[in-house]
Amino acid sequence: MTRLPAWADYGLIPVLNLGLAFAVAALVIAALGEDPAAALEVLVAGAFVYEGALGYTLFYTASFIFTGLAVAVAFQARLFNIGAEGQAMLGGLGAAGLCLAFDAVLPALLMIPLAIAGAAAAGAAWGAVPGWLQARRGSHIVITTIMFNFLASGLVVGLLSGPLMRPGQSNAETRALAESARIAQWHEIAPLLGLEAGRSPLNLSILLAVAACIGVWWLIWRTRWGYALRCLGLAAPAAEYAGIPVARITVQAMAVSGALAGLMAVNTVLGAQGKLLINFTAGFGFTGIAVALMGRGHPFGVALAALLFGALYQGGAEFDFEFATITREMVLLVQGLIVLFTGALSQMLVPLVARALGRA
Amino acid sequence: MTAPAVRLSGITKRFGPVVANDAVDLEIPAGTIHGIIGENGAGKSTLVSVLYGFHRADEGRIEIDGRPAEIRDSADAIALGIGMVHQHFMLVPNFTVLENVMLGAEGGWRLAGGARGARAALARLGAEHGLEIDPEAEVGGLAVGLQQRVEILKALFRGARILILDEPTGVLTPEETTRFFGLLATLKARGVTVLLITHKLGEVMAATDGVSVMRGGRMVAHRVTAETGPEELARLMMGRDIAAPARPAASAPGTAPALEARGLGWRDRRGVACLEAVDLALRPGEILGLAGVAGNGQSELLDLLAGLMPPQAGEIRIGARRITAADPADPAEMRRLGLAHVPEDRHRRGLVLAMEAAENAVLGYHHGPQAGPPGRLSPAAMRAHCARLMARHGVRPEAPSLRAAAFSGGNQQRLVMGREIEADPAVLLIGQPTRGVDIGGIAALHEQILGLRAKGCAILLVSVELDEILALSDRVAVMAAGRIVAEFPCAEATRERIGLAMAGIPETPGAAAAMAGPGAAGPAGGGGGGPGPADPRH
Repeated sequence: MTRLPAWADYGLIPVLNLGLAFAVAALVIAALGEDPAAALEVLVAGAFVYEGALGYTLFYTASFIFTGLAVAVAFQARLFNIGAEGQAMLGGLGAAGLCLAFDAVLPALLMIPLAIAGAAAAGAAWGAVPGWLQARRGSHIVITTIMFNFLASGLVVGLLSGPLMRPGQSNAETRALAESARIAQWHEIAPLLGLEAGRSPLNLSILLAVAACIGVWWLIWRTRWGYALRCLGLAAPAAEYAGIPVARITVQAMAVSGALAGLMAVNTVLGAQGKLLINFTAGFGFTGIAVALMGRGHPFGVALAALLFGALYQGGAEFDFEFATITREMVLLVQGLIVLFTGALSQMLVPLVARALGRA
Repeated sequence: MTAPAVRLSGITKRFGPVVANDAVDLEIPAGTIHGIIGENGAGKSTLVSVLYGFHRADEGRIEIDGRPAEIRDSADAIALGIGMVHQHFMLVPNFTVLENVMLGAEGGWRLAGGARGARAALARLGAEHGLEIDPEAEVGGLAVGLQQRVEILKALFRGARILILDEPTGVLTPEETTRFFGLLATLKARGVTVLLITHKLGEVMAATDGVSVMRGGRMVAHRVTAETGPEELARLMMGRDIAAPARPAASAPGTAPALEARGLGWRDRRGVACLEAVDLALRPGEILGLAGVAGNGQSELLDLLAGLMPPQAGEIRIGARRITAADPADPAEMRRLGLAHVPEDRHRRGLVLAMEAAENAVLGYHHGPQAGPPGRLSPAAMRAHCARLMARHGVRPEAPSLRAAAFSGGNQQRLVMGREIEADPAVLLIGQPTRGVDIGGIAALHEQILGLRAKGCAILLVSVELDEILALSDRVAVMAAGRIVAEFPCAEATRERIGLAMAGIPETPGAAAAMAGPGAAGPAGGGGGGPGPADPRH
């Protein structure tokens, strides 16, 4: 296999692949009779320029960071966690459940950390079970995590239309959480710092997301546990030889992965909606797979990819208003193309670039 | 007098600088069973690969039935009536016998038509050659001997009249082996020419009409089986022209073993016994060389001693610890007990090729201080440790941040060896230390091993290279069919004696019980617990 210098491998190639994805999307838009340049303008304006747009973009970015990291951590151990969606749902149940129980008595300073821990713990448990099934029973993680998504969905629907349902209401959602269980939003804080901010759901969870990126990087590359995880992912027989407890690491990796996915609920439930809604995960768990792929399993790559996907998600919403023939579903096409070019075809340009650099 | 079924003249095959076959001549009369024997790496497999079209010879000519043949791929070989049964079967386990036999020769796009013809052909071939088998049986559920039968039927179904069998008895039980020889006789009676590749002298003596001996890529002798004997063949196989290399002066080993194994037994998932009643003792300051043809249980023994698999029978003692099936130890615990292990397969086990050399330098010792302060993995600490290791053990280039995959085979091995030596072990297990290592590298590795011995380490050296065993060992044990069949002090270990033991030929009648080869079936079989009819293998 051709090897490129690191800057080309991690910088140039992803940018070129991304360019290809956008180029193909532009062709599709042109074929639909719209102007690709105009579409791009709308996308960028919708994601960054309009009032509150950047806030929305960063809000989505935070969610994508959590689910992207979840997939990336598992992938370091060669575990393909398709279950971030379900783990995020459980995270919502864990956070909301604790808030419903304690938000009347606990102050924010205790309630919020407890809810965060609850989200992580519930997600971790939902990830650890498929991990255990793979490590001990040989059930493939892809299959079990997919099934656990359905289980989680059923569980959320059941609870939200039953025990957790807001009394005297017919919507499948919980009551609004008390103020002590709300994470402060940026447009509330900005004026205190003398800044102006448009209304958006962007909240302090984004700091947690950034901390999670650094934490995951530290965990994987600066701890012995991370070393064991990487050995297992890169060469399982060598990990065995090194005396690394393969089954235990597998379960733990899935628990960490699930916990990260569960933290997405902190951003959406505690930070934005203030109650647990049905379908609050909105497929972000699945988008996390694309984010992790594009971020090449590295936490910092995941952060960049999450920003890109956040901008697409937010900016794409503007398509509905501006164009007759293209809608926000166009974003799904772009996402799909990005996965195709940065994931499945990520090596396509390598020989070409190598030749251009005189390294073939 | 008909033309010979196969005539090879001057076959030369090179892989880069390695000459695997050097001007090899071979002639096999039609309708005979011909054996090709030789040590590991003698060039047997390359030769039959050339005949079957897997490799193309660089030089030389092939004649089949007296006509010059050009064999570019296996389809050419099949068209010429050559069939091959590989050591590791190429069957689809959840297909039926019939489906497996038809695979690749389905006869048209409608399966039913081809199946009808194949079923009839299978019945006819089965009746003719004594190879009856239920065509609807699922192959995965068949005993190994029957799976082999399916492989042979597959070849015959494609019209093979020249059958190449590569180490056919390696996977068979003794009973199945006996039946297999009966089958060979039937094939011969039907006019099939059989080419039998093996390293078991007993089988050659029992089954073949003629035999050719290969050594170091050359054909060294052709014999009529009836006119030779196992001793001569062993001598030809091993070669006696190479003077035994200079051995180091015998050290004075400690008396109490650092590691002791008693009655170790292990069977694989199919129930084939890979290890049976293995006893050995490793003493401080001593190298025990374990010789044997690859695949006779050495790998399993290393895995067992290293803690990679739990013993199913017997025990391992290391220090005060007793390791048994009920109380196994994992590799991490074995390391804590002072055991280090240079694995046979450094690419799969010994190294994480995608990681930096520095990270590989702590593999297995990543909980120790060389990986960083407690609770933290420190790349700086790992690189410093790796740089020291590289300087001390001659790993080139001295670049701790280079990926392990970027080093040459010899330097990879020095990295692994250095890592294990730096742990200052009481016991060191070494598997195939010089596999894939160039000549210059070998000498350095041998010095490393001897240096460790001088420091009082107890060493088990497993190698298929007899020269290496003889050059380094204080004692030599020989493994065959999962047992230790002979042991010599270094002064008495000669190539010939080791070679005979490796090939499964007993030196004394008393050792007959340990032999598995049919040619060595001792008259009494007395009491030694050898594999017998009572074996619960089916």
